Amino acid sequence: MTWLKPSLQAVLALLLCLIAFALGAMSKPEAAALAQPTATIAYPYMGAKGLIIGLLLIAALVSMAKLTSIVEAIMLFVGAHAAAWLLIKGIAGFEGTALAPYFLLLAAAWLLAWRCVALLSALRPSQSVARNALRLVIPAIFGAWILIIWEAVTRGAGIPFILLPPPSAIGARIANSLPILGSDVRQTIFKAVLVGYVVGNLAGFIVAILADRVPFLRRGLLPIGNMVSALPIIGVAPIMVMWFGFDWPSKAAVVIIMTFFPMLVNTVAGLAASGHMERDLMRTYASGYWPTLLKLRLPAAMPFIFNALKINSTLALIGAIVAEFFGTPVVGMGFRISTEVGRMNIDMVWAEIAVAALAGSVFYGVVALVERAVTFWHPSVRGG
Amino acid sequence: MSGQSPAVVSASKLGLTFQTNDGPVQALSNVDLTIGKGEFVSFIGPSGCGKTTLLRVIADLEKPTSGTILVNGISPEQAREKRAYGYVFQAAALFPWRTIERNVALPLEIIGLSQAEQAERIKRTLELVNLSGFEKKYPWQLSGGMQQRASIARALAFDADLLLMDEPFGALDEIVRDHLNEQLLDLWDRTNKTICFVTHSIPEAVYLSTRIVVMSPRPGRVTDIIESTLPRKRPLDIRETPEFLAIAARVRDGLRAGHSYED
Repeated sequence: MTWLKPSLQAVLALLLCLIAFALGAMSKPEAAALAQPTATIAYPYMGAKGLIIGLLLIAALVSMAKLTSIVEAIMLFVGAHAAAWLLIKGIAGFEGTALAPYFLLLAAAWLLAWRCVALLSALRPSQSVARNALRLVIPAIFGAWILIIWEAVTRGAGIPFILLPPPSAIGARIANSLPILGSDVRQTIFKAVLVGYVVGNLAGFIVAILADRVPFLRRGLLPIGNMVSALPIIGVAPIMVMWFGFDWPSKAAVVIIMTFFPMLVNTVAGLAASGHMERDLMRTYASGYWPTLLKLRLPAAMPFIFNALKINSTLALIGAIVAEFFGTPVVGMGFRISTEVGRMNIDMVWAEIAVAALAGSVFYGVVALVERAVTFWHPSVRGG
Repeated sequence: MSGQSPAVVSASKLGLTFQTNDGPVQALSNVDLTIGKGEFVSFIGPSGCGKTTLLRVIADLEKPTSGTILVNGISPEQAREKRAYGYVFQAAALFPWRTIERNVALPLEIIGLSQAEQAERIKRTLELVNLSGFEKKYPWQLSGGMQQRASIARALAFDADLLLMDEPFGALDEIVRDHLNEQLLDLWDRTNKTICFVTHSIPEAVYLSTRIVVMSPRPGRVTDIIESTLPRKRPLDIRETPEFLAIAARVRDGLRAGHSYED
């Protein structure tokens, strides 16, 4: 048929909708109501069931019609997300009672969202505004569906709160605990992580320059450095607490130790990265050690140094959070995680994890942005 | 060659032996050579004949293990410290994080010229190599030929009287190479610099040089030195003249006599 172009996801979604319809009851209360037609039993999706299936069917069918990609994508987007929203909204109050059709419809909605992302990924818009928007929309839909499936499955299947709270509960906890989360972020990230990160990277960088300048340091220090970097750094956290006390300086010390060696090793490698020809060139200018370092070797080492900065941005966060497990004043992200686990407040643990993930991404992103600005000349950045 | 003015390069019994894992390798042996001011001398020979090594010895990028060499009457090291020469490498070796004008400015920054003088020299040398208008471009935005011209501009901006060029056009296609050869000759004619030019192309050597030093490998040595009879002004089509072909034939004979093709 010329007006149809079947796609795997849409056909599968249609099939799943039909099976879900044939299986009948979406939830246990609905099954009970069907079994006893005379009794009045409240059950989810009294009116919405037809709407959900209808939405999915229409979206799946329209997506296979010969339309432009953008229209199809919009139809799929609306259909899949409206259906998912109705599914999640309807199960409220009936958690844990979902039957197979609930999950089949969820899978159908997910398939349509997949098709939608696939269509969007294939788009090659000419305007840069549209390109940038797409670059944001595609991962956003992707991420949203992780949350949608998480939410729908934990609620539909009634997964115990202790094991995995639904994201909506985590979101509510974040919204209700902003002051606590804020003070934890201040303690852990703005004090321990940032101070440790700056000092650790700076120390690694300076020692790398020294090792480059002074041969005996290079011969003596680097092998020992490699050995020390193999030590389980987290194991030194209790010792740092003994040395520097319970407050953030001991956490910053752990971060310094963790970030020092990646920076040292990468900078030393980076300083060796400039080509022979370029170094010979500087020699023909009778250029001394420092001009050669500043004008040739450090710029050439920048990709390596930023590699270390990116590795360290995540290491620093891990180090500071885990170090707080070993003793801290009553504030801090690691402290909160370890105590709230003990009190079975798993949503608070997840809230801290979400905040840590967000902070870590922002941290990494800022470093990566600076990297793009500094190493704009590198083939990996300029693309070719 | 003029007998009066001191030689720009004078080498006698020059030898250089590299210590490698497979034992010593004699890269240069018994090289006697004098280059006068304003000469354009080409070094030609198969790979491994030591022509690049000889240039690097003149530039003090390698130390000879025997014999003596003087550049401008002083040791190569002193000459290098006095910034007596500009060196053009096989590849452009431009710094990708610097624009073309900042690349040309690099040696000027190192010798500590004022901003005004830097700007003046950048402008002049980029005009000399026909790169005006590309000051703000990055090297990776230019073609290979333009990059090599920028690296020549960088060596010229230095304003040394001696220009050492190590197969500068080796990686370029023939059309670009012809064009750059023409420009180089023109530049040499206008500036009266002394140029030492390493190549493995017979036509290039004959077209450019006032003297051609033929070298052969194992050990690297000079087998013949040919004075060119071509006039100073040379249009590209001089390469079809019998005079040109005669010199080229002599260079080829010299290469063959050096057993360069034995394996």
